[in-house]
Amino acid sequence: MYSEKVMDHFSNPRNVGEVKDADGSGTVGNAACGDIMKLTIKVEDNKITDVKFKTFGCGAAIATSSMVTELVKGKDLNDAEAISNATVAEALDGLPPVKMHCSNLAADALHAAIEDYKKKAVKS
Amino acid sequence: MKKIYFDHNATTPVADEVFEAMLPYLKGEWGNPSSIHWAGRGPKKAVDAGREMVCKFLNCADIELIFTSSGSESNNLAIKGLSWAKKDKGNHIITTKVEHPSVLNTCKALAKEGFETTYLDVDADGLIDLNALEAAITPKTILISTMFANNETGVLFPIKEIGAIARRRGVTFHTDAVQAAGKTLLDVQGLNVDLLTISGHKLYAPKGIGALFVKRGVRLTPLIHGGHHERNRRGGTENVAGIVALGKAAEIAGQGMAKESERMLAMRTRIEKGMQERIPHVKINGHLEKRLPNTANISFEFVEGESLLLSLDMKGIAASSGSACTSGSLEPSHVLTSMGLSNEMSHGSVRFSLGKSNTDEDVDYLLEVMPAIVERMRNMSPLYAASK
Repeated sequence: MYSEKVMDHFSNPRNVGEVKDADGSGTVGNAACGDIMKLTIKVEDNKITDVKFKTFGCGAAIATSSMVTELVKGKDLNDAEAISNATVAEALDGLPPVKMHCSNLAADALHAAIEDYKKKAVKS
Repeated sequence: MKKIYFDHNATTPVADEVFEAMLPYLKGEWGNPSSIHWAGRGPKKAVDAGREMVCKFLNCADIELIFTSSGSESNNLAIKGLSWAKKDKGNHIITTKVEHPSVLNTCKALAKEGFETTYLDVDADGLIDLNALEAAITPKTILISTMFANNETGVLFPIKEIGAIARRRGVTFHTDAVQAAGKTLLDVQGLNVDLLTISGHKLYAPKGIGALFVKRGVRLTPLIHGGHHERNRRGGTENVAGIVALGKAAEIAGQGMAKESERMLAMRTRIEKGMQERIPHVKINGHLEKRLPNTANISFEFVEGESLLLSLDMKGIAASSGSACTSGSLEPSHVLTSMGLSNEMSHGSVRFSLGKSNTDEDVDYLLEVMPAIVERMRNMSPLYAASK
């Protein structure tokens, strides 16, 4: 049911963990639907220099988390903000229809982390 | 790669003897059992013999058995057929919150026709309160339907006691015994049941054949109107090969069940103990004793079931989960949440259901690979980090 790319990212997820002294952190999802994603980012000169994820969820949830970290690493914030859940699913050669709305939250986690960074940046 | 099947509650392989027994009725003996000529005689004999074997397995008379296409059809026929036949007597059905969808959704469908259903709660062990059952009965109650054994946890309901209450109160009693068949004794004479469902493919027969025991005197309105088949209670030319297969499967299941149950129980105990010894934060779901011997339902805290299944599958191990992700719905298992499990623990459940093909070596291999799988998923989980 999953594409080879999804299975690759599930088997060998990229950038698992939490960024030390993260500049931004975003958590989305809930236990009722079975997916919780936490994304942490490091930002330098408006660029995402490091990004890591931790995810409780199904194969699609883990693969989308892993993929989004690959997509945004090294990107500037504006480009990162343009990434949507659909972009992530596409980069994985698609997801089963039932997973499109329930386990495809990685871009939301990214946006939450960027939001968090921006709030902190304003304060400091 | 090794292939190990721990999903016998989902379906079972067709036993060699069953396959051999049904073959002549797919090629050669292809006649219609209703025909009076030479082509129908062999198939007719086979249908009669198959029926006799299933009836022997259930300890009922041949007129008390209806062959159907599946467990789901049997459950539909029992619940709709009885409700329609008794609609002048009442409109109330009692069942439980942990039934198979073919019972729950049938009751839901009947609501549109004015039937009302009480769904009984279960406790943390997955058992119902018999006092609550008794209290739920009203003068309008026409049917009680409870499963014999739960498909997800293996928990056994006290069928004889439920049947005794139903009988005393004059209510018809149906039990979905799909998961129990072949794993525990089903003697309808001692069980106080009026209607009992079984399915072929959980019993080493193929998919597409099921049966419903209907106690003499219990009237059902048919779901499928047609010819005189099954004493006018289920139209459609008999699935001859399927009936032969179910007969053979029932015969085999009846032999050596006690010994096989013991073997399952020993393997299941090793799985559960082994998981608890090797992996922290695991929970065995369902009453520890009142369970089928073949079913282990285990929650692995902080991780999600589908991820575990995918990881097991990569190691050649087939199992299933109460996670929403594996059911096509967005909700975790209704059985586990009814037992009071949190959403996370329900999502993190894996069901290992044993069968004839499994050996001690299979269990060794499972216990060898599982700790690393759980560890890997936990290291990815934000819930695990937060718990420490």
